[in-house]
Amino acid sequence: MAGARKPGAIARFFERVGRSTVHGIEEVGNGGVMVAESLYWTFLGFTIKQPVRMNAVIQQMMEIGISAIPIIALLGGAISVTLAIQGIYTLRIFGAESHVTAGLAFVVVREFAPMITGILVAGRSGSALAARIGTMKINQEIDALKVMGISPVRFLVAPPLIAMMIMVPCLSIMSAVVGLFLAGIYINHDLGISLSAYTDQIIDILKVEDILQGLGKSAVYAVEIAVIGVVNGAGVSGGAEGVGKATTRSVVQAISAIIVTAMIIVILSTL
Amino acid sequence: MTGEAAQEPEKVIEVEDLVAHYGDRLILKGVTMDVRAGEIMVIMGGSGSGKSTLLRFLMALETKTSGRMSILGRDIDTLTSREFTELRKKLGVAFQGGALFSSMTVGENIMLPLYEHTDLDQMTMEIMARMKLEVVELGGFENLMPAELSGGMIKRAAFARAVVMDPSILFCDEPSAGLDPAVASALDDLILNLRDAMGMSIVVVTHELESAFKIADRITILDRGHILMIGTVDEVRNSSNERIYNLLNRVADNDTLDPDEYLARLTGEDAATWSEPL
Repeated sequence: MAGARKPGAIARFFERVGRSTVHGIEEVGNGGVMVAESLYWTFLGFTIKQPVRMNAVIQQMMEIGISAIPIIALLGGAISVTLAIQGIYTLRIFGAESHVTAGLAFVVVREFAPMITGILVAGRSGSALAARIGTMKINQEIDALKVMGISPVRFLVAPPLIAMMIMVPCLSIMSAVVGLFLAGIYINHDLGISLSAYTDQIIDILKVEDILQGLGKSAVYAVEIAVIGVVNGAGVSGGAEGVGKATTRSVVQAISAIIVTAMIIVILSTL
Repeated sequence: MTGEAAQEPEKVIEVEDLVAHYGDRLILKGVTMDVRAGEIMVIMGGSGSGKSTLLRFLMALETKTSGRMSILGRDIDTLTSREFTELRKKLGVAFQGGALFSSMTVGENIMLPLYEHTDLDQMTMEIMARMKLEVVELGGFENLMPAELSGGMIKRAAFARAVVMDPSILFCDEPSAGLDPAVASALDDLILNLRDAMGMSIVVVTHELESAFKIADRITILDRGHILMIGTVDEVRNSSNERIYNLLNRVADNDTLDPDEYLARLTGEDAATWSEPL
């Protein structure tokens, strides 16, 4: 130790940045491997008599999807009504408030319904996934699976990943329908446009690709939420405190990933 | 060593010059040992000696730096992933905390390996699970959740799950830690019964001297990542090695140990960080 020079502040800063970068790349790589492994077990697991357990998938679908319907409907509706109010307020400046339906339909179906759904699922289920896997790791349940010859990815990762990829797009559609319906009631009240005329306008404006863009985004968000939850849960160390940190980190990372992904997809779709 | 019969007993685990690191830290420093068929091998050592770490390597849960290891005659470095899975079906583990899945009932926990690795129908699996629970004196507890069991019961249930596939080798990590003497003694009897009734080879990590001397056929004494001695209970008791004397007579070890290294060994933290995918 004697004679060893302590690195300076700048060197320490770059060392920290370097370590964080390597760690981040490593986590992204691990996430990619887990997705690939999950897909392998989902589609090819039955060939070696180790299929993904459908009971677990259905149970996860209930937890991730069905239980989330009320809160997603409530928040989807609240956001859409808020957008309608702000849209009418803004367009009224130009005397164009009757065109609020067009903006509302695009922004809800393509952006807000998938995003709000993703954020809520990240908060409810992504965090729960991180906590569950983190706790299982601390309790050596993951080791127990390995020693029993059971793939932890097949047993723990594939079911929530599949469930999220099915349920997040479904919830996103539900959120859009409920949101547009409640916004329609407000528009009817404020502008006097009947609900049937409002519905016709939305059907005319929206194209299949708008809906597909919303669904595609939802599926991408689902993968992000599941992978971030699992990677953070898998990286837990330090007992209960570590589980708490991993849970918080997974929510923050998932929400950040969803918002950044939304922006990237929008930019790419306008090129 | 002690004039054994000419015929060498079958070895179910053979480890030769096992070297292992966690990150930059050297954890196991050239461990050579074996476990014979049908014997109870106890691995002992003070806290931070690397005994739980060694157990993780024996269970093939960690990747070694160098050395050779074979389990049931198969060199683990040469196995394909499918062969490795097949091999693991012949291993059972009772972890220190039980490691029962909290979302499943006790019965479902015990049936899990059968469900995953056999084509047995549900009723047969339930019967087998009940039988194993009877063996560990937990008959009738199959519908309870792990959270409803006491510490001793959880360990018993973990034993039932570990032996449900009738493994060739059973690993037990600190089976009597945290239990009162009566329950700990009962678990020792259970380990002896499993060996006698099912002919398993059993590897037990413990720091409980009484328990070790009661169940061991041979004892491996580990100290700071290397083996001090392998021998029978009497050979260990009569050892003139000062460190073994200190361990057996609970004399405090005054040598200093790097705190980071100690913590890493004690908690297995580095080993457990999933820097690699599941």
